[in-house]
Amino acid sequence: MNKLITYRQAINEAMRAGMEKKPEVFVFGLDVADHVKIFGSTAGLVEKFGSRRCFGTPLSEEAMTGLALGAAINGLHPIHIHIRADFLLLAMNQIVNMISSLHYLTSGKLKVPLTIRALIGRGWGQGAQHSKTAQSLLAHIPGLKIIMPTTPADAKGLLTRAIGDRSPVICLEHRWLYDIQGYVPDDNDFSIPIGEPNILRKGKDVTIVAVQWMNIEAMKAAEILKSRHGIEAEIVDPRTIKPLNYSKIFKSVMKTGHCLIVDYDWFYCGFSAELAAQISSACFGKLKSPIERLAFAETPCPTTRPLEDVFYPNAVDIIRSVEEKFNLSKSNLSKESFYNYENKFKGPF
Amino acid sequence: MNNISLNLYKKLYLIRRAEEKIRGIYPHDQIKSPTHLAIGEEAIAVGVCHALRKTDQVFGTYRNHGIYLAKTDDPYPFFAELLGKKTGLSEGKAGSMHIMAPEKGFMVTSAIVAGTIPIALGAAFANQYQKNNKLATVFFGDGAVDEGVFWESVNFACLKKLPIIFVCEDNSYAIHSHIKERHGYESIAGVISQFDCLVYQSETTDAEEIFNLTKKAIKNSLKLHKPVFMHLKYYRYLQHVGINQDFNFGYRPEKEFKKWLKLDPINLQRKKIIKRLKNEADIIKIEKKIDKRINESIKLAQQDKYPETKALCTHVFYE
Repeated sequence: MNKLITYRQAINEAMRAGMEKKPEVFVFGLDVADHVKIFGSTAGLVEKFGSRRCFGTPLSEEAMTGLALGAAINGLHPIHIHIRADFLLLAMNQIVNMISSLHYLTSGKLKVPLTIRALIGRGWGQGAQHSKTAQSLLAHIPGLKIIMPTTPADAKGLLTRAIGDRSPVICLEHRWLYDIQGYVPDDNDFSIPIGEPNILRKGKDVTIVAVQWMNIEAMKAAEILKSRHGIEAEIVDPRTIKPLNYSKIFKSVMKTGHCLIVDYDWFYCGFSAELAAQISSACFGKLKSPIERLAFAETPCPTTRPLEDVFYPNAVDIIRSVEEKFNLSKSNLSKESFYNYENKFKGPF
Repeated sequence: MNNISLNLYKKLYLIRRAEEKIRGIYPHDQIKSPTHLAIGEEAIAVGVCHALRKTDQVFGTYRNHGIYLAKTDDPYPFFAELLGKKTGLSEGKAGSMHIMAPEKGFMVTSAIVAGTIPIALGAAFANQYQKNNKLATVFFGDGAVDEGVFWESVNFACLKKLPIIFVCEDNSYAIHSHIKERHGYESIAGVISQFDCLVYQSETTDAEEIFNLTKKAIKNSLKLHKPVFMHLKYYRYLQHVGINQDFNFGYRPEKEFKKWLKLDPINLQRKKIIKRLKNEADIIKIEKKIDKRINESIKLAQQDKYPETKALCTHVFYE
């Protein structure tokens, strides 16, 4: 049975089911048990499971991340939550030096079943320190699994799998996705394997590999590309940054011969570069045009709206990029309505 | 003759001789890794670890040889690890700075100063959560106190009344920087005593005194449900990393060392035992047995194979 729920409810269901199934699962982090409940994603947990298994912490990101590791090697499964991915950067010593390598350095004797959830902010002036994704930084480190679910079903399925995993998994969640609705299996055992991309839209002319929020932009762009130019874009959502089974992506590019990568992170040394390298190596003879990349501007994220608008790539950039790829004239987009976050989100956080 | 005194001496002797052996092997380039010797620190390693129960867990730093041997009494896989062999504790993937034997309660050590303090905190949290009555003990130097995560961890341990013993092994130097060049306060223990925990301190090199102090600390911690902070002084005889003395560089005076050497923990315990036993021959017999054990462990480890190259990619993720 599927039911229509939001992304935040899907996250909440995965955690609640994990806590019900396994007494060793606990949820902690700054303000996870307050009235905001991490934008509703931890709703009802402290009420149902008590403060032993769901509790707020001091602002001690490194110590709390080390605590997650120590608890994990001693038989528990922590879920540590950061309301912004920027705050997770304070714990990089524990994540990069300790969590990622302990299973390896003990030759498999210690297992590190832990989940870190971090939210990606955007818009309404989130600025330079409330908007990072950290996915390329984190994916660079051997030993960490990085998931970035886009749909509510992916959120529930991937997070459920993360809570069942015995390696460390970091789940990055875009704040704007929290209100997105989708049909999600009611079954609490429903899970999605980590590392499998998802074809969000079928098409024969160009492959668009888009990361998390960029799938929303890509879906809109694909509609317009079809109506204006008759171009059928295939949209592939990796869902996982690492580890990643590339075969679906390669298959799609082999079919279309054209590829546009739309990342949700910085350009330089980012995940888009990794994708481009892997695709060009595997699909070399089949590519009919160079792989193009769209990503954040090479600047810190500015706060003021007019600058922020050009910092992030969007549906218009995707349309223009595809038009250029096929030498098509620029269609007039002035009458199109694009995603406007103020419709859903008016701040403050 | 009290058995504890003799058992403490056996461990003190094992650690000192094992590290002297490392000093002998090191110039032959068989241990190709930074090695931080514990010579001078043995009374703390032995006194504290001998007071712990078998089920209690130990965490430490890159200066971990002493606490490893004191906790596990198992030199062979340790030497194999130092030599990078397949039979080592971690098949050679860890080496001297990351000696770990979780199956024996010797949980995590790290090359990052203060890095394992919050991990011990998490282990203590899990032990409290599971009500298994185990204690987590974490060893670190006075340099670790300079790191923010140390204070974060002490704060949380006190807040949640976690079953943890913080052992600050204070040798006055963080690598080559004296404590007076680093601390804006007089006494570490003085500051920590403002937290809601039990604070013990000592400058002794007598392993038996440290053993008794730790026993008392454990008893009170279990009774009062409070974390313990132990501030223990010692002197590092050799350079921060490596096998040589370093008094010629002038950052610390040799007379400091000579003062501490008179109180050397191994000699001190040996003299006490001889005085009680009135028979040095028995001690020599015990020492020879330990020497033989160390020599055989090294020889065996030297003959062991290196890991096969396919081991490079195993255990990145749990499989």
